[in-house]
Amino acid sequence: MFARITLMELKLTLREVVVPLFVLVLPLGLLLGFGFQPGSRHPDAHLGGQTSAAYIAAIGAGICLAILGLNVLPTALAGYREKGVLRRLATTPVRPVYLLAAQIVLYAAAALFTVAVLIAVGNVLFGTPVPKALPAFLAALLLGIAALFAIGLLVAAVAPSGRAGQGIGMILFFPNLFLGGVYIPREAMPAVLRDIGDYSPLGATLKTMRDAWMGTEPRVAQLAIMAAYAVVAGFAATKLFRWE
Amino acid sequence: MPVIEVTNLHKRYGDTVAVDDVSFSVERGEIFGILGPNGAGKTTTVECVEGLRAPDRGRVSVLGLDPRRDRAELTQRVGVQLQESELPEKMKVAEAVALYGSFYRRPADGARLIDELGLAYKRDTRFGKLSGGQKQRVSIALALAGSPEIAVLDELTTGLDPQARRDTWQLIEQVRDRGVTILLVTHFMEEAERLCDRIAVIDSGRVVAIDTPAGLVARVDPEQRIRFRPSPALDDRMLRELPEVHTVLRSGDHLTVTGTGALLQAVTSMLARNDIIAADLRVEQTSLDDAFVALTGRRITQEA
Repeated sequence: MFARITLMELKLTLREVVVPLFVLVLPLGLLLGFGFQPGSRHPDAHLGGQTSAAYIAAIGAGICLAILGLNVLPTALAGYREKGVLRRLATTPVRPVYLLAAQIVLYAAAALFTVAVLIAVGNVLFGTPVPKALPAFLAALLLGIAALFAIGLLVAAVAPSGRAGQGIGMILFFPNLFLGGVYIPREAMPAVLRDIGDYSPLGATLKTMRDAWMGTEPRVAQLAIMAAYAVVAGFAATKLFRWE
Repeated sequence: MPVIEVTNLHKRYGDTVAVDDVSFSVERGEIFGILGPNGAGKTTTVECVEGLRAPDRGRVSVLGLDPRRDRAELTQRVGVQLQESELPEKMKVAEAVALYGSFYRRPADGARLIDELGLAYKRDTRFGKLSGGQKQRVSIALALAGSPEIAVLDELTTGLDPQARRDTWQLIEQVRDRGVTILLVTHFMEEAERLCDRIAVIDSGRVVAIDTPAGLVARVDPEQRIRFRPSPALDDRMLRELPEVHTVLRSGDHLTVTGTGALLQAVTSMLARNDIIAADLRVEQTSLDDAFVALTGRRITQEA
């Protein structure tokens, strides 16, 4: 039954054309766009020694996670509550929490899929490495998903409508992109901004993923702060979530 | 044995008492109406029956189950149509029916259900593209997706045009004919009168009366009124002698006769025996609407 609900959510998500567009096509487009620039295979000191192709692959992964967690998830869940879908489900043998879980599983799977595609395409076309410290990379990725999704759940918990969920998500989305180093590489940021950014949800995710990608063990403090975001926001979301 | 038993139900939200003291029981196979103006506590009452809300006081038993404690079993056997509940816009009709059917132990045949609800030509249409009446029909289909013993339908025809409303009524009768007990929440007199075997009139969180539609009317004013123009004219006494007749009033050529029981039959057969034709014959009866006003002291808010 859970599989059925998840499959249905997948179908519905694919019908929301913008979601696959932003979650897969945009990150992949960025990688291809920058990857085909001359010099994209050369390690760049301004990017902490990463090639611009490897850097943009990581940025794409970060954008995908942020869109899913801060945008798609709160919009969908708050919308379902607003329309009475969760309430309707509460009158069936299925508990509405199944729908919430199905969404999380689906979007997490979408994030993993996009990251896998970025790694594969980057590797084949632009010689970016398969993450060298793979366990650390996976830990960073999963903690990043957990942190951003938990924040998205918290938004869904407090947003009165789908539109409000989208709005609040957007307010969090752009500063996160900025602090995370999506607009300007963190290496080019003033030190203060960089230090703040490194402990922002997306910034920590991106930095740890990039470190692990290059074979450097990520900083434990950063992984810890991601776990903290996940636990605190997740706990608050479960306390505040309204089903109707 | 009743399938739904509600005893001294009480529910408040903060300072607002939504349900003050509601008791009723529903027998298997009947269409039981809960009739009342907006804000009377109808929806809260059925939400307690559905297990969506916990009563503050009182007892609710559905199929011998406690709607809160035995939720898993209850939801298998009770289908619900909620007021103001939608499906995801991009979900197709057939998908929704199949998905909801998969939630239940004994799913109804989805294709047949769609057929019976007149949705076959819309089976691949997305919910967001359906008209109000079609959405309501999907909503009914979902309530029946688990072959329930009881269906709870809340403000089923609100917002529908008159034709769609009549079609929906016919549908409800078909559902009942399949043996499903129906608990119907409505604020439409006509709907209650047409569909319900029995009605609980609720006002300000209290049950004002429970009876058949005819019983409710009779409670208020059992008199019938017949107006006609006799031709040729007749002696009022001939009418007064009939046991069913209470009063006879003459105004110009017209007579107004009031009485009870088989008044119309008594009057018309007397006229026939005497070869008198009753022209412009009108029978006026107290309507459920009148009964409602008499019972609650106010007119129900009717939609245009």
